[in-house]
Amino acid sequence: MNAQWSRAVAMLPDRLAAHLGVSAAALALAIAVAVPLVLLMARRPRLRGIVLAAAGVIQTVPALALLALFYPLLLLVGGLTQRLAGFGVPALGLLPSLLALALYALLPLLRGGSDGLASVAPETIDAADGIGMTRRQRLLQVELPLAAPIVMGGLRVAAVWTIGAATLATTVGQKSLGDLIFAGLQLEDWTLVTTGCIAAAALAIIVDLALAQAETGLAQGRPRRALLSLVLLASLVAGVLGWRASAQPPASTSRAVVVGAKNFSEQYILAELIADRLRAQGIPATVRSGLGSAVAFRALAAGDIDVYVDYSGTLWDAVLHRSDAVPRADMLATLRRELPARHRVQVAASLGFENAYALAMRRDTATRLGITSLVDLAGRAPGLRLATDIEFQQRPEWAALQRVYGLKFKALTAYTPTLMVRALGGGDADVITAFSSDGRIAAEDLVLLSDPRGALPAYDALLLVGPHRPDLAARLAGLDGKIPVETMREANWQADRDTDKQTPGQAAKWLAARIR
Amino acid sequence: MPAIPRLEYVEASVQRGGATVLDRVDLAIPAGAFVALTGASGAGKTTLLRLANRLIAADSGCVRIDGADVAAADPPALRRGIGYAIQGVGLFPHWTIAENIAAVPRLLGSDAAAIAARVCALLDLVELPQAFAARFPRQLSGGQASRVGLARALAAAPKLLLLDEPFGALDPETRASLADKLVELHRDQGLTIVMVTHDLADALTRADRIGVLDGGRIVADGTPAAMVRSDHPAVKALVGSPVDQARRITELLK
Repeated sequence: MNAQWSRAVAMLPDRLAAHLGVSAAALALAIAVAVPLVLLMARRPRLRGIVLAAAGVIQTVPALALLALFYPLLLLVGGLTQRLAGFGVPALGLLPSLLALALYALLPLLRGGSDGLASVAPETIDAADGIGMTRRQRLLQVELPLAAPIVMGGLRVAAVWTIGAATLATTVGQKSLGDLIFAGLQLEDWTLVTTGCIAAAALAIIVDLALAQAETGLAQGRPRRALLSLVLLASLVAGVLGWRASAQPPASTSRAVVVGAKNFSEQYILAELIADRLRAQGIPATVRSGLGSAVAFRALAAGDIDVYVDYSGTLWDAVLHRSDAVPRADMLATLRRELPARHRVQVAASLGFENAYALAMRRDTATRLGITSLVDLAGRAPGLRLATDIEFQQRPEWAALQRVYGLKFKALTAYTPTLMVRALGGGDADVITAFSSDGRIAAEDLVLLSDPRGALPAYDALLLVGPHRPDLAARLAGLDGKIPVETMREANWQADRDTDKQTPGQAAKWLAARIR
Repeated sequence: MPAIPRLEYVEASVQRGGATVLDRVDLAIPAGAFVALTGASGAGKTTLLRLANRLIAADSGCVRIDGADVAAADPPALRRGIGYAIQGVGLFPHWTIAENIAAVPRLLGSDAAAIAARVCALLDLVELPQAFAARFPRQLSGGQASRVGLARALAAAPKLLLLDEPFGALDPETRASLADKLVELHRDQGLTIVMVTHDLADALTRADRIGVLDGGRIVADGTPAAMVRSDHPAVKALVGSPVDQARRITELLK
């Protein structure tokens, strides 16, 4: 078994159990909300329209956005409860996942329940009333058994959706099978992606099959068969949770330091590097990876994670809400002053490299045309084709480049990152956008064009420490200025390349050996 | 002193969405009567029937069974004491025929052996084979389902049987055979039967008394013989066609 496989398999029990746990809990919560609503809707037809429409609106919000929306909402709620009642509410991890997934499961449950009850023939209801059943007897003995197939249909849809959508819980810091998928997609580690997808699909299929058995049992009026399949399902859940418990060392009593990572290779590698460094100093540390870019800083400020790496230009824009261009050193000084003052977040180290937007060319083309800077490029641009990543043309960096250097290209095309590099190699583009620490720069022999007029903002990699563990700043200060951009590129390349691909942990060990 | 009627309506009125469905209906049905309620669609027949077991509550006036106001009774308890069968039959599709027939005794908490014996007897009474006990409603023809519906209504040995278009969707032959069965039950068991029907032939040939409703009021109430001779326009409109049919058939037989 190679390193990719053993990594994927090692991640599996923990993630599978967490996935199953959060899915089951969300489904249970959704059922607890849906049951009274369904019963209420059966008595009030007008309410039915309103409730179903509301659930339908929730369904139109993409699951990813729904999850992300709960984060600031819970921060707000947590702030209120902290002030009013003296306790906070965790805004990251289980709670937002649970709430968003439960909301998402609501529509099929409500629709199934409501349609199921409506499907019972009116003369059957009339007969039940006419022979003297109480409301409760009518519901339990007649309506529910007859509605069961449609209700179970709704439950099956809800269960499959929830298991599928739970992969997205990774983005708000909840462990799930999405950890494998997101990490795999970013690292282009298809073993990891495939393992995550197959596990999630298998889980959904098994749960669906068990519920289908229960549905058939209920439809045929054989509740024992229905019960049996539900018991089997429950033992599956218990079995997986047990497997995970046996595969896991017992949790230590003191809370481990949580190292955060956004969802790309460099972040994974740096998080592993930081965690290794803390463990070497005897501090237990875990990595919570795959955080959405918008979530990461707030997670740090709220104490859901304790340390992570972010970039000066990102913090300038997203945290300080500034859009003015200032020199690299001024930006850094301002951040070192403002982040502690506003958010009690310390800049423990500036790692020594930038992950900034830049324009890149093949070395041979650049040499032939005599281009080394953006000033040189401006003169040649009308004869050249630019390929960008998908968001670049909407970003302020592009507007700044056009304004400062008067760049006008012959053609302008947006690609996904992998295809963008291929376009350059295949001669479909002459200039591409690049990130300055990208491993492909050295590997593909690209040159980054210099920016003599300072149009592009600095993106210095900064190690940030949150308000709950200020002691970490001193422990990690040794990393300051220790990672030159060439070294970071090489580490990134080890995790990104297709042949002899390394895991982020392996790349982190290689990197650690370079900076000692 | 006259006997207390089994079922009695006193000034019973029902409003629905501003419209008057029943307008101060007075009607007394003595024990052992077989009354057919008839009239055009929307005349209020079904509403009048459903007042008796409080599936509908009267807005004013009162309804009494054996002298007791139904408004004072607990509806489920009241209904368990009254036989009730309807047009769509309304058998519970997830229950066997035996379970359907046993529904009311089970609600009343009878013991299992007594219920089983009762189901056997009722299958005989409505002339269905004992093997039907284990079948499900979907395996039955319309006529067979109607017989089961009748058996279910009779299961707890009620004194009063309410029937709403009980043979509504059946073919004429099945219909006639079931109507005969009803007459036989009425005669043998001393039942009081109130049957809603829009079919005058059923009413004229089977019931011993007919009430005609029009616009929420009882406009005629008497024996079948009296109905055929009535001058009331609503009654004539209803009776005219079957009488005319009978006359033509008699001509053919001559």
